[in-house]
Amino acid sequence: MIELLRTLFSYSFLSRSLLAGILIALCASLLGVILVLKRYSMIGDGLSHVGFGALAIASAMNAAPLQVAIPVVVIAAFFLLRISESSKIKGDAAIAVISSGSLAIGVMTVSLTSGMNTDVMNYLFGSILAISRQDLLLSVILCLIVLILYLCFYHKLFAVTFDENFAKATGTKAGLYNIMIAFLTAITIVLGMRMVGALLISSLIIFPSLTAMRICKRFQSVVILSALISVFCFLGGILVSYQFNTPAGATIVIANLILFILFSLIGAVKNRG
Amino acid sequence: MSLMRCENVSLAYEGKTVAANITFSIEQGDYLCIVGENGSGKSTLIKGLLGLKQPSAGTIVFGDGLTGDQIGYLPQQTVQQQDFPASVYEVVLSGCLNRCGLRPFYNRSEKAAARKNMERMGILDLSSRCYRELSGGQRQRVLLARALCATKKLLLLDEPATGLDPLVTLELYDLMQTINHEDHIAIIMVSHDIKSAVSHASHILHLDHTPLFFGTTERYLESEPGKLFLGGQV
Repeated sequence: MIELLRTLFSYSFLSRSLLAGILIALCASLLGVILVLKRYSMIGDGLSHVGFGALAIASAMNAAPLQVAIPVVVIAAFFLLRISESSKIKGDAAIAVISSGSLAIGVMTVSLTSGMNTDVMNYLFGSILAISRQDLLLSVILCLIVLILYLCFYHKLFAVTFDENFAKATGTKAGLYNIMIAFLTAITIVLGMRMVGALLISSLIIFPSLTAMRICKRFQSVVILSALISVFCFLGGILVSYQFNTPAGATIVIANLILFILFSLIGAVKNRG
Repeated sequence: MSLMRCENVSLAYEGKTVAANITFSIEQGDYLCIVGENGSGKSTLIKGLLGLKQPSAGTIVFGDGLTGDQIGYLPQQTVQQQDFPASVYEVVLSGCLNRCGLRPFYNRSEKAAARKNMERMGILDLSSRCYRELSGGQRQRVLLARALCATKKLLLLDEPATGLDPLVTLELYDLMQTINHEDHIAIIMVSHDIKSAVSHASHILHLDHTPLFFGTTERYLESEPGKLFLGGQV
């Protein structure tokens, strides 16, 4: 096991992706706790499809993928948040429309230009190993920003998540923090798409926090445990995929799924006993 | 100077006025009950007082050194909170958030305030329990302790007895009485439980989209809307 890890880290491109992957997994799990509890899980899913559309168009135009996708997804995130806040339009339907719409635009762009090449496959299913040096730098910087903001505003984010009206009434600018959550989520999703792909990124956000909630009873421990679970599943998934030559993204998600089932069972036993 | 004064306040949803021409004031130590039928604009008025909703007309003025972010608020419980993984201590402490400003953590005096308010609500022994495992009455105490952390002067309660059994409801009203009498915190409570409203409150505001009555409880009992609403039960 140790030997395997050492071999993995000895390839420079691998250790590069591992670093980016750990940071992205960390960001996704931290934000996931808030998104799941605020009932925003579907927004994460919708954003990943918007991200795919944006990446497809960027690659068709030969533009830098992340630089195009990040602003587009950030705008989409604000928009989706607005929709889910207004009672007039039904939020879940609007999200479904936007996510399938942008997926269709992405697929159309791809088939009209380059066809289903490896680039496109990478965005759909992820390829952590194909991360370039420049992408890596951007990922690391953005992840650190997400982590720092999260830690600085931890208590405010908790208050806004638990009871938005109370937070607003007692003078916390809930709207501002909602925008911050949307912004951080958008960034994390675009970065995570390189790792596990557009189709699987929402699982990276939702699984760890759901798993942690099976057994934790404090918000703080949910946050810490879901971060640990996320990083553990990422490393475990990468190791297995390296050893057995399976797709990295799918392996990571399956590791998350196994842990979720395991923790659900533990939670059920604990509650009965 | 009153703690809070409303002058000709109207509140509207998408151009439709739900509450109009509301004028009243609350002094330090008052206990005001807002009563009325369902859909008479009570909860909307509360939202206006909390600044969650801008009045379409009229003004709300704070006095006696009260600012908009110093109001304690006991909201109706949401579905979202039913399965929320947070400890009682974390929830109560979040009431101190308005004292933090930009400081990213709670200091010692805020933690002490949270502890004190938990003790006062009799939930200190629940402090590390999970919020989702509590009974309805225990949850109300937790949220009340949180509201007390946020205020020293004024507490707003939105239908606090919803979903509680009669015994727990009585306990809750007793708690409110204690907070009002011993800590001199003014209370504004929305309620459709008119009988306990008149037996606890010092003032009554009776709403039916417009105010039908505002004044002391004694005068309310003799007024026309009071007699009609109580149906001669007292």
